[in-house]
Amino acid sequence: MKLTEEMLKALPDARGHFGAYGGRFVSETLFDSLLTLEREYKRLKDDPEFQAEFDKDLAHYVGRPSPLYFAERLTRETGGAQIWLKREDLNHTGAHKVNNTIGQALLASFLGKKRVIAETGAGQHGVATATVCARLGLECHVFMGAEDVKRQSLNVYRMKLLGAEVHSVQSGTRTLKDAMNDAMRDWVANVDDTFYIIGTVAGPHPYPLLVRDFQSVIGRETREQCLAQAGKLPDALVACVGGGSNAIGMFYPFLTDESVEMYGVEAGGLGIDTGKHAAPLSAGRPGVLHGNRTYLMEDENGQIAATHSVSAGLDYPGVGPEHSWLKDIGRAHYVSVTDDEALDGFRKLTRVEGIMPALETAHAVAYAIKLAATMDKDKVVVINISGRGDKDIHTIAQLDGIEV
Amino acid sequence: MSRIEGVLKALKGQGRKALIPYITAGDPHPDLTVDLMHTLVDAGADIIELGVPFSDPMADGPVIQLACERALKHGTSLRQVLAMVKTFREKDDATPVVLMGYLNPMEAMGQEKFADAAVDAGVDGILTVDLPPEEADEVAPLFTARNLDAIFLLAPTTTDDRIRAISEHSSGYVYYVSFKGVTGAGKIDVDEVASKVAHIHELTALPVGVGFGIRDAATAAAVGRVSDGVIVGSVLVDTIARNQADPEQLKRALSDLLHPMREALDSLAS
Repeated sequence: MKLTEEMLKALPDARGHFGAYGGRFVSETLFDSLLTLEREYKRLKDDPEFQAEFDKDLAHYVGRPSPLYFAERLTRETGGAQIWLKREDLNHTGAHKVNNTIGQALLASFLGKKRVIAETGAGQHGVATATVCARLGLECHVFMGAEDVKRQSLNVYRMKLLGAEVHSVQSGTRTLKDAMNDAMRDWVANVDDTFYIIGTVAGPHPYPLLVRDFQSVIGRETREQCLAQAGKLPDALVACVGGGSNAIGMFYPFLTDESVEMYGVEAGGLGIDTGKHAAPLSAGRPGVLHGNRTYLMEDENGQIAATHSVSAGLDYPGVGPEHSWLKDIGRAHYVSVTDDEALDGFRKLTRVEGIMPALETAHAVAYAIKLAATMDKDKVVVINISGRGDKDIHTIAQLDGIEV
Repeated sequence: MSRIEGVLKALKGQGRKALIPYITAGDPHPDLTVDLMHTLVDAGADIIELGVPFSDPMADGPVIQLACERALKHGTSLRQVLAMVKTFREKDDATPVVLMGYLNPMEAMGQEKFADAAVDAGVDGILTVDLPPEEADEVAPLFTARNLDAIFLLAPTTTDDRIRAISEHSSGYVYYVSFKGVTGAGKIDVDEVASKVAHIHELTALPVGVGFGIRDAATAAAVGRVSDGVIVGSVLVDTIARNQADPEQLKRALSDLLHPMREALDSLAS
């Protein structure tokens, strides 16, 4: 299907649907809040004061634009297409997540909410949220699965230093999905004074729209930079997909450019055929969770399945609804790489370019290297380096049998 | 007339209020659920809300989350829940049963197949916590065509326009969630509930059941006074958790909890 600007403008539709996906599947208590949020966002989206504030923060607080960097040595070693890196890891707080938290926290301020909640997997979104709350003087509560609290202890401490209260979630599988459940539960109880900053491009409408809009700065910059620096549009974009916020931010501004191929890389864990992975687009089916209809990992009875990934940020059984739609219409390709391949990608980028990616990002790196190797030298592949790997040092050291 | 409508009309005719207990199917064990349903009826239940366990019960507090975990540990599936209702119907053809749960297990079965199976099992109503009427346009006709009541939630945050719209999509009764929060949390403010329910009554002719925060005879009576029925969940599920090792003791405990609520509600009858 060839996408046009008009088609994109019509999505999501009035009910928050991207084709068969998305929507607003929440308990009644939250419904009015979502309607208000949608109404206010639509108003503020075109409000020059709001936009100026957002752009100013992105420039002077986050440090945008982030560079588009030609990975010359990696390209030479790979021996195929040119590999370029969109350096979201250089943002303040070390990942793309902050683009969205700046935007949503600004919304919270405009709406007069004093209390902010967020869920987090790897802790990047939690840190980004705690950071903007510290700056705006907002009370901040971050929900994080007990399993992730353990494997991302550094980020937990960062959030605490920033003044956030971190709630360790003991229910279910004790990972990102359970953190999101508890954030929703908190929101229902405190809906009057609380703004829920969702970190990924999923959840009930209008969240997938908000997050996509705030993250699209990644793709807009990449488009301009690539034209200026490489002299052409990219031939392929590669980004990791957990919920899919960095991928949608990169893909969205290129959707109508037919020549640009897009690859969303899911967490293949121990391998898709082992069942121990977090790749709903590769091996799941449509269902409803966390307020939206989307591809999910579930058992034959509709119970959400346990996921596995070496990276906490991809360890999620669902995915943003717009990705589900892009998969079905064939506009983007969704693939997966295993834990081991991702770790190889991490080591490769670290040793060859001196850039240490987050383990989430390492999935995109691993796939992009395989892809570039099959492409001609005049082609351009852009990897979204969604986050830096400092937070994963303990995990890597542990795998290496080293105590840090 | 649906079984639910019939029961609520009859109660209204007698000036009585409906007692609607909730338990999670499969908790503490799938073999016990049908027995517990009969126990609830013997103790005075007018309608039973039977929870379909889900791995991610986002609208529920810890008590019902743990009930879901216990039920799922024994592999309780939607298919099995429907089989439980069918078995219940062998001895009880009068008490309406409402399935309460989340959308995904129903979608996984296939909505049409689920609607057929629900009717076949003797289910009377469906309450899907995460399905607002706005998203129900495909499912609702399947339920209507089979005379299954679609029961939707109203909340303290529901605006008048939405109360009207939701009521139009509902049949049987509407379920008013008494406070902002998850099941089993918070303290019910009876005065606030009274004024909101009175207001809902102005906007719809449907009976209004009130749930969340009803834990004993006193709260049941206070809420019963201002509504058409009370829904009692977490306190029962908590009782199940505490007595799960001894089924006979468990049945006695449930009965001891429900009986005084029944009496308190009936003492309101004019």
